[in-house]
Amino acid sequence: MALGGSLTVIPRYQKYLFVLLLVGSLIMAIVLWNLRERAHQRLVAGEDSAPTQAPEVAPSEQATLVVANDSDSSLLTQVRSLPLPEDPGSRARAVLGKLLDLYAAPDATHPVPGGAASVAQVFLLPAPQLGVVPPSSSHPAAPDPHFRDPRFADPVAKTSATPPQPSGSQLAVVNLTGSFVSSHPSGIETETLTVLSICATLHANLPNVTQVRFLVDGEPHPTLAGHADLTRTYLASDAVSQ
Amino acid sequence: MRSINWALAVLVAGGLAALPAFAQQPPSALGPQSRFVVVLDAAHGGDDPGARLGSGQPEKALTLVLSVKLRSLLAARGIQVVTTRESDATVDSNNRAETANHAAAQACLILHASESGSGVHLFASSLAPAPPTHFGAWKTAQAGSVTRSLALAGALNSALQRSGIQVTLGRTALPTMDSMTCPAVALEIAPERDGQKLVAGLDNAGYQTRLVRALADALLEWRSEAH
Repeated sequence: MALGGSLTVIPRYQKYLFVLLLVGSLIMAIVLWNLRERAHQRLVAGEDSAPTQAPEVAPSEQATLVVANDSDSSLLTQVRSLPLPEDPGSRARAVLGKLLDLYAAPDATHPVPGGAASVAQVFLLPAPQLGVVPPSSSHPAAPDPHFRDPRFADPVAKTSATPPQPSGSQLAVVNLTGSFVSSHPSGIETETLTVLSICATLHANLPNVTQVRFLVDGEPHPTLAGHADLTRTYLASDAVSQ
Repeated sequence: MRSINWALAVLVAGGLAALPAFAQQPPSALGPQSRFVVVLDAAHGGDDPGARLGSGQPEKALTLVLSVKLRSLLAARGIQVVTTRESDATVDSNNRAETANHAAAQACLILHASESGSGVHLFASSLAPAPPTHFGAWKTAQAGSVTRSLALAGALNSALQRSGIQVTLGRTALPTMDSMTCPAVALEIAPERDGQKLVAGLDNAGYQTRLVRALADALLEWRSEAH
């Protein structure tokens, strides 16, 4: 057979074997493809994409906003209809958000930029007992945030006839954003009005809130914009009574 | 040696003899009781510019100008004045209160300025009144003087209104004021407006003079009431 070179001849059984293996591979590929498609169909069929719960829209309720007015340094009560959540903390945040939205509006009576996003959280905690002496109301002052810090409560005041906090009283801790504080106009009057209106609005909508403290980005902060003290505990009831 | 002993004996005897006389002196001749001291606190300063006013100048500059003018006017009327700053220096709020408390002043005025509102906003501390104590808490030291602070605010209010300056009374939580033991009032001076119309800006020299004179008159009146 060899004519001046070597010729390699593939045996016949190897040819048959090659064709058989090729056909088997094709068949297996088709089967695997079909299995994959079936598995995909099963997965898609098992996934329940139908809504399991209807989207919850809180019903609109009457909310009382105590709105500051720079022109006459007053606090005016406005009643607005707002969708308010059931959870008291979320409710407090929603109400304060609406109040700060009013302040961020172009025609605001107390212009403060920031809006609803300025209130990061509102935490409601059981109110500590404070050594509070009822302030005299003879001074014809408009805003009047009486407060006592429990860490620095006056020992004489504690021994005097201090009305106890009603049972169920709550301390609201309002966590403001740093951007709100840094953009707040600086001044005693404007900062005091902001603090008072927040305290009064909280008390008007959540009567159990009797004390208010402030944080900025989760940390204690000395003042709102250089003037109003934010390290104190404010008594909300006194603010709302103005 | 004997002469030294004699000299010592004379000194000791003289000192012992002088002691009763010293103790019998009325307190008014010794301490600050007889003095009438006013503390002027020009708010902000140094790194703390305060608010940006309409004229472009920072609040710290205007409060210092008003403090210097008022100090001169009071000194000319025989009133001793202590200021918390005389230059564009950073002064901590605790240091300001310490200065006022060491001065044992009969009146402390904290000067602020703002473009918001009209006239002068007078603020007394929002602390509830409490009996004066020798060892009060630092952050509520003003509680013992709140009643007198309200009276001082009333005297300032009367004098300013007599000068035709619009006054708004209020109470606030100001850390510097709350740590002062003297009768203290924070003044936030705003431009003079007639409705929305600007009558006199904060940089108006005439307005500043009228304001400072009214404050000086009020402090003279306060001194006569205190004595």
